[in-house]
Amino acid sequence: MNEWITHAPILIIAIPLFAAFLTPLVDRVSRRGRNALVFIAVILTLILTLALAKDVFDHGLRIYTLGGGSVDSTLVTLPSGYRLPVRIILEVDGMSAFMVVISVLISFVGLLYSFSHIKENGAGKYYTLFLLMLVGMLGMEVTGDLFNLFVFLEILSISSAALIAFYARGGKPVEASIKYIVISSLAALFVLFAIGLLYGEYDLLNMGAIAKKISLAGEIPFLAQIAFVLFLTSFALKAGAAPMHMWLPDAYGEAPGAISMVLVAATQASLYALLRVCFTIYGAAMDTAVIGGILIILGLISIFIGVTMALIQIDMKRLIGYAAVAEIGYILLAVGVGIFELAKGEISDYSMKALQGGIFHIFNDVMDIGLLFLVVGAVMYVTKESNLNKLGGLAHSMKYSSIFFIIGMAAVSGLPPLNGFASKILIYESVYKVSPLISIIAILASMLMLAIFVKIFHSVFMGPKLTEYERKDAPRLMLCSMAILAAIMIFFGLFPDFVVNNIVNPAVNALVKNLPYISAIGGA
Amino acid sequence: MIYQIPFIAVIGLIAVGMYAILFKKNLIKIAIGITIVESGVNLFLITLGYREGGVAPIYTHLPPGTNIPEGMVLPVPQALTLTSIVIGVAVLALILSLIIKMYRKYGTLNAYEMRRLRE
Amino acid sequence: MTLNTYGGYWSPIVWVIAFVVAFLIVYILWGMGERKYKKGEQTKPFISGTEEPSKQEVHVRGGNVYWGFTEALKGYYNLMKKMHTGIINDYVLWFIGIGAILFLVIILPEVIK
Repeated sequence: MNEWITHAPILIIAIPLFAAFLTPLVDRVSRRGRNALVFIAVILTLILTLALAKDVFDHGLRIYTLGGGSVDSTLVTLPSGYRLPVRIILEVDGMSAFMVVISVLISFVGLLYSFSHIKENGAGKYYTLFLLMLVGMLGMEVTGDLFNLFVFLEILSISSAALIAFYARGGKPVEASIKYIVISSLAALFVLFAIGLLYGEYDLLNMGAIAKKISLAGEIPFLAQIAFVLFLTSFALKAGAAPMHMWLPDAYGEAPGAISMVLVAATQASLYALLRVCFTIYGAAMDTAVIGGILIILGLISIFIGVTMALIQIDMKRLIGYAAVAEIGYILLAVGVGIFELAKGEISDYSMKALQGGIFHIFNDVMDIGLLFLVVGAVMYVTKESNLNKLGGLAHSMKYSSIFFIIGMAAVSGLPPLNGFASKILIYESVYKVSPLISIIAILASMLMLAIFVKIFHSVFMGPKLTEYERKDAPRLMLCSMAILAAIMIFFGLFPDFVVNNIVNPAVNALVKNLPYISAIGGA
Repeated sequence: MIYQIPFIAVIGLIAVGMYAILFKKNLIKIAIGITIVESGVNLFLITLGYREGGVAPIYTHLPPGTNIPEGMVLPVPQALTLTSIVIGVAVLALILSLIIKMYRKYGTLNAYEMRRLRE
Repeated sequence: MTLNTYGGYWSPIVWVIAFVVAFLIVYILWGMGERKYKKGEQTKPFISGTEEPSKQEVHVRGGNVYWGFTEALKGYYNLMKKMHTGIINDYVLWFIGIGAILFLVIILPEVIK
């Protein structure tokens, strides 16, 4: 029974990859077979991921050597007896397990949602690209090697761009997809340049080995500093930090149905890569005041621009896209405050609270914004209209969807007792110490966010019945996927200490103390 | 000095590519700009592995008298560059097919007119 | 059941119980109201004798709901609309601009020292 858990890190990448390449073949034979194959692949990945996460949260770091003789040997011995960490190593620590659970859960909910409305002939390609997106996200989150990170980043961005343009309804999704792929491939090329710089400086590609060299030296050489700036800018662009955020409402607003939700999880994967570079590779040697200040300023600008620009939008999905920018701003703000107070060589209790709020908010953000995207997608499926000026009075016929929208709206704006409030109160109380003004801006932005979603709720669901639209609710599979997300959100809201102690704390500890990550590599 | 010329060429290629992406209106020119930046980064990767007077890193075909491993060029950047070239081909194929689709829908290839998703 | 934040604590179970108790009190108070309330002619709005237009015509559509807020912040929103042009070249220009600013902020103090 213990044997298969040691192979879990590679199985969660291999099973969706294998199924993704088998899907077009099975699609030629039968449609139900393809649906069953995709569903079984994602369910297997979900079970393996939950087992792996439970094991990592209880026992600590788990490594897997690709191509190793025995799984525990991470080194290859040259004939002269010199040992080098050259193999690609998958390292799953608390933060990786946290992000992997988020990615697979959101993909599972998105898959259930897609089953109900992707029904025509080209659907085999849709599911192939969907599984490739899942592979990209999982690969980015479990890998311990820098170049592997780049390859999975490119897999993720290519398959997302192809999925955004899947339904070319009149040209706007194609335009959004061109903008997404130009920005994304430019960011990935700069990441590759930075990886080349680090390789030229240290002759190593393994994240743990580079971290060991930097922590032994105590200060960062000049080339590694340039690489750090390139990493910071490129990953902040991919995560959607303002003022580089303008591709984000375009891409989220034109993607079909559930893909907007899976795209949120994909941008969280880039945010994870940013955190990994900041905390694990550069660790205690980086200048904490400057980096923390930069992240705080980026977070504040994101919150402010995201919330105020969302107030004037007329298209439903674009509005939620701008709200997603604001939520990323909250996470960057909390992480920035955590870094700002992280004294060299000593972890204060105060910065741990800020980091707990930020990391908890990653999970809450993707679930809340995801539920809102699902409800809006259901409205678009029923009425085929996404302009707020033309909709109205849908609560008479779409009762369950309006209830889920109320739950999502309350969670996003941080109303008690849902999960948004639990993570936001951690953030509000932690950023107060840096400057009270930041806390005031964050609370005001939450109020404006409630205002934005009340705008959608009033104009879509309330009001008199308009005669142009049909009288039916969303399909049952869509309601089922919304119910799964709402149930998890209510559970997280009612028992926040359970989540923070058992799920978020291992992730924060794994980020802040990078010593287990480095010493698991060993040798050299 | 002659061994620094590839690095200067890398800076030049990236600058030309960024100029094409930032200041040109035609979408095909933006796609070509992305390809030029990618060529520059690949050149950078492959130049990192060069050692002066080195031979190809194959153990069974060495000319007599070369030291192992100091006389060989590094093999790892060659693998990185090949992977990156393949990824660049995939991205270029995707961008070009999207541009063709967009030309059919909008009728224009001007980036300044491809602004229906604004504000 | 309680989450310990930096300044205090938050307990959602206690909040839900308090909310349910308050809701019950409000419901009982509401139920003790006037029972002879008839819907019909008494509840229609009186607009000095003119006809009341149908609800479909006076429903405020989505884009106009926050007109007052948007009008008051006209200068800020004009600046924002000019910033969000939608041209792909401007997106890359913002990326390069922020990269240059971060470069100056992080690298320059180390070089000057």
